[in-house]
Amino acid sequence: MTEGVDTIARPVLEVSDLNVRFPASRDWLGRPTSHVHAVNGVTLQVRGGGSLGIVGESGCGKSTLAQAIIGLAPYEKGRVAIDGEDLQAAQGRQKRELRQKMQIVFQDPQSSLDRRLPVWRLISEPLHIRGGHSNAELHAKAGQLAVAVGLRPEHLDRLPHEFSGGQRQRIAIARAISTDPDLMVLDEPTSALDVSVQAQIVNLLLKLQRERGLTYLLISHDVALVRHFCDDVAVMYLGQIVESGPADEVLGNPRHPYTQTLLASAPSFASPLPTIAEVRMGELPNNRKLPAGCFYKERCGKAAAGCEAPQVLQRLSDGARHARCHLAQG
Amino acid sequence: MMTGTAELRGQALAIHNLSLEFPTFSGAVKALDNVSINVGKAEIVGIVGESGCGKSVTTMAATGLLPRGRYRITGGSVRLFNHNTLAMDESQLQDVRGKMVSTIFQEPMNALNPTIRIGKQLTDVIMRHEEASLPDARRIARDILADMLIGEPERVMKLYPFELSGGMRQRVLIAMAFSCNPGLIIADEPTTALDVTVQAVILRLIQNRARRTGTSVVFISHNVAVVSQLCDRLYVMYAGRIVEHGATRTVLDAPLHPYTQALLRCLPERVAPKQELEAITGAVPTLMHPPAGCYFQPRCKEPVDLCRSRSPQLAGSDGREVACWRRGVAPETSEQGSRQ
Repeated sequence: MTEGVDTIARPVLEVSDLNVRFPASRDWLGRPTSHVHAVNGVTLQVRGGGSLGIVGESGCGKSTLAQAIIGLAPYEKGRVAIDGEDLQAAQGRQKRELRQKMQIVFQDPQSSLDRRLPVWRLISEPLHIRGGHSNAELHAKAGQLAVAVGLRPEHLDRLPHEFSGGQRQRIAIARAISTDPDLMVLDEPTSALDVSVQAQIVNLLLKLQRERGLTYLLISHDVALVRHFCDDVAVMYLGQIVESGPADEVLGNPRHPYTQTLLASAPSFASPLPTIAEVRMGELPNNRKLPAGCFYKERCGKAAAGCEAPQVLQRLSDGARHARCHLAQG
Repeated sequence: MMTGTAELRGQALAIHNLSLEFPTFSGAVKALDNVSINVGKAEIVGIVGESGCGKSVTTMAATGLLPRGRYRITGGSVRLFNHNTLAMDESQLQDVRGKMVSTIFQEPMNALNPTIRIGKQLTDVIMRHEEASLPDARRIARDILADMLIGEPERVMKLYPFELSGGMRQRVLIAMAFSCNPGLIIADEPTTALDVTVQAVILRLIQNRARRTGTSVVFISHNVAVVSQLCDRLYVMYAGRIVEHGATRTVLDAPLHPYTQALLRCLPERVAPKQELEAITGAVPTLMHPPAGCYFQPRCKEPVDLCRSRSPQLAGSDGREVACWRRGVAPETSEQGSRQ
């Protein structure tokens, strides 16, 4: 507790030059001949107690990024460190301990909860795996966690199907905080829920963050939610971060053409429906063969000389943010 | 409050006091209770509400899409371009669907036949309803696909649904819905499964086409922001009842019903970052055993005694009505008060 200020500043999650690719086809010996390039050189940091939102369209690699961070998707190149320790390099007991420091909440609580286990077992499953607790202890601990997420103690012996979507998501959150993780990865935690229930879950997550100093990585396609929920935001396109920085700066005054398009098309009370020309509709380029130069140039309305060169994420002269566009420097 | 028959003539769709229930072994689920929805010609009307509030059931009942024998209409009437669809048999309904009314569903993969090429699926519909020859139908299909901003329509017509992206499939479905120039399009959450950029384009395409051809649109959505951008008028549903309706801007800028107010307050867009959102406490009532009085009263912040005993009726003027005892006038005098 004496290191209060230090813990705030120190990054809990550090990702550097992460590349994730999956074999798309194999030759007769089973050797991969082509790959799907899902994440292409992502570098990011989330400081302790902070929250980073990742936004982007479906297929941009945001969920793969989350899975690589949590250790569910193997990667060949790059580094993921939790509290300064490399997860993929860790072995045995150390790896198990690192794993306990991070948890994930999935989009659909219907499929992420084992429907044959009672709620107390679901919530205490991570502790059960860690070992060293009797069933009575686990039940008691699950009771505390259930209350912390707004469930009632009498819910503990019921099965998941007896709950509504919002309550199931509360169970998933209770399970995620059971090991006192430093990092919580939230993969579209409210997308499957109605707006009134979404508000309850968002409030709960913000409350848990205040009380427990949790660090969040929120994957979402909902710009309004990210603006509300996160300190920082990173916008992804075709496996790359195209713009990142403080959420109010990036979402209030986007500088990368893709962020501008994304924000213009997000439904909003304040603005009318954009025209078709404004939306710059297009499909994500094929991620088996990555385009040369800027990944966004085919769809970009501002494409100019210089876009053929690969773009790097550079710091903009004004403000604390980065953009992957040579025209964004302004 | 009362809609005269003279007024109904100019309507694309007039649902009047429709009540519907689904019988189950443990009792009837009262899915709709006195639902009245009017859609004028060339009007875009939104129906908003959370899952299970009856927004899809309303339009499916009106177009005869609910499974026969699984539901019971307990009151009310439906007039679709002055035809009584509730009294029609299946073959009459098939003439109505596609020609007079067409529905765009949420999940385009389920709405298209996976084993038949796009071109054939489109031309089948056109030939059935327009009595066009195959070459004519192909030409109409090609034009309408191009109208939906599908590049190389000839090539796309030779493809199977699985070869298209979600946004393309949904545009094919919209093309199919518009292909026989129906007077009314029912769009049931057509963009919920899509990315925001694709969603914006699809909403624009629906809007442009409807405005140009004078087609009426019923747009069903849980996303109030989308409805605010697209619709002229708006109905808010809760637990099988209409709780409020009026011009979109009026309802969203100054909502009168506590449910509409709460629904808008719990959106992150309208609150400062990290501030607590005003969640609606409690849960939607089960429609097998609904509470007495107003269905929203158990979750309402300011119920009065009357709310627990009698259900409020829609009351108001100038096409703006709300079903709430606290907004309307006292129950006994409300009849005079609302008519003015």
